[in-house]
Amino acid sequence: MTDSALLTTPLNALHLELGARMVPFAGYSMPVQYPAGLMAEHLHTRSAAGLFDVSHMGQLRLVGPDAAAAFESLMPVDVIGLGVGKQRYGLLLNDEGGILDDLMFVNRGEDLFVIVNGACKVADIAHIQARIGQRCQVIPLPEQALLALQGPQAVTALSRLAPGVAQLVFMTGGAFSIAGIDCYVTRSGYTGEDGFEISVPAAQAEALARTLLAQPEVKPIGLGARNSLRLEAGLCLYGNDLDTTTTPVEAGLTWAIQKVRRAGGEREGGFPGAAQVLAQLADLQGTAGVLTRKRVGLVALDRVPVREHTELQTLAGERIGEVSSGLLGPSINQPVAMAYVRADQAALGTRLNAIVRGKPVAMQVAAMPFVPNRYYRG
Amino acid sequence: MSVKFSKEHEWINAADSNAAVVGITVHAQDALGDVVFVDLPEVGKTFAAGDVAGVVESVKAAADVYMPVDGEIVEVNEALRDDPSLANSDPLASGWFFKVKLSNPAQLEGLMDETTYSDFTKNA
Repeated sequence: MTDSALLTTPLNALHLELGARMVPFAGYSMPVQYPAGLMAEHLHTRSAAGLFDVSHMGQLRLVGPDAAAAFESLMPVDVIGLGVGKQRYGLLLNDEGGILDDLMFVNRGEDLFVIVNGACKVADIAHIQARIGQRCQVIPLPEQALLALQGPQAVTALSRLAPGVAQLVFMTGGAFSIAGIDCYVTRSGYTGEDGFEISVPAAQAEALARTLLAQPEVKPIGLGARNSLRLEAGLCLYGNDLDTTTTPVEAGLTWAIQKVRRAGGEREGGFPGAAQVLAQLADLQGTAGVLTRKRVGLVALDRVPVREHTELQTLAGERIGEVSSGLLGPSINQPVAMAYVRADQAALGTRLNAIVRGKPVAMQVAAMPFVPNRYYRG
Repeated sequence: MSVKFSKEHEWINAADSNAAVVGITVHAQDALGDVVFVDLPEVGKTFAAGDVAGVVESVKAAADVYMPVDGEIVEVNEALRDDPSLANSDPLASGWFFKVKLSNPAQLEGLMDETTYSDFTKNA
């Protein structure tokens, strides 16, 4: 794709003014890093507060009395039971149980407010429209920008401008005026830190971003650090760790499948791929041969970064999987990775080798997150 | 000035043709970002020009380090192995990668001088 074919976010001029290095991402020209650099940006977010432009992501509303029940028919998730003001993680599945996209949604009372991945948004909206467009209104919100303010001092910075946001707890949301700009704010994010995501009208996004950057805690953070932060936090990246060939159970996202949708639940099944997903849920250890692979966290025992698509072998040299994301974690100063491995090799502490440039690098299956989450739960 | 530059963004200082110093350029380290790992060749190994002799990795990317000329590795920078950030902070001096005994010093003529390389990076 040529640069001229790339879309830009409402903050494009600000990114350039701040000296960002711009790269193509999800069809947009996006800042991968600012002059401070990935490492400094990552560490700043973990210690203070970082501002991310994530306006490439898709925002949409589902409206109508049947919206929750309709949306539930696309995901193995309890939508109907989600209270007003609450946010939840969801997974759009195909008819084989493969993941079309992962997303966040909030019950705002008058609608379901949904945020999907930028690279998937066109297909997601078409899918949602095709499957449930008869049951509710599907309203894309291309006029909304999205900013994320993440880090232990995010609440200090944001509540200076909108005191009420301090009352939010993790995975809740509300409408707030921030420096006179009407926004919808959720206390959530993609870094493992406390923080907020802020949906703001595109026309006012730059003014909001400048106001946030004027707070002493806040620095701009690029997509490079966003990736290293989310990987340390054990959070999946769609396209790397999740795709249409992986199911929620293989991906270790069983926590996202509430009991009400599982076998024996009040609204058991009734989502695309339910037969496959429920059968895998009944075989979590893989002993019945239904669940054949699992996503795991890996740490390298040597200081060699292990990157996506690296082959994994048992110590005896048998191929048992592949890395889906990997880098040197700036906060823990150790190479970390996510990988899919054969189900019998997924237990914590399992030793295996990554084959890097033809040489084995010792790794061990490790618990995620690699860095403790610091969400604010009240 | 005997420093030459390759299209793959290595520099080579062949003041001593038995121990020419090779590293990555300012442009290369800037494009990579914070360097966190280097894989250096074995001393005594011989390479042809264009062979991959090492690897340099930042948090976000890995890049091969190419041999700019034919030769034998006579020394590697152990200090760089211990502190890969030297490739960012001092790429043209203490952040050197390895030293090579040239098999064919005439190959240096095929590399770029500083002005040509500077133009090359601007047009890349």
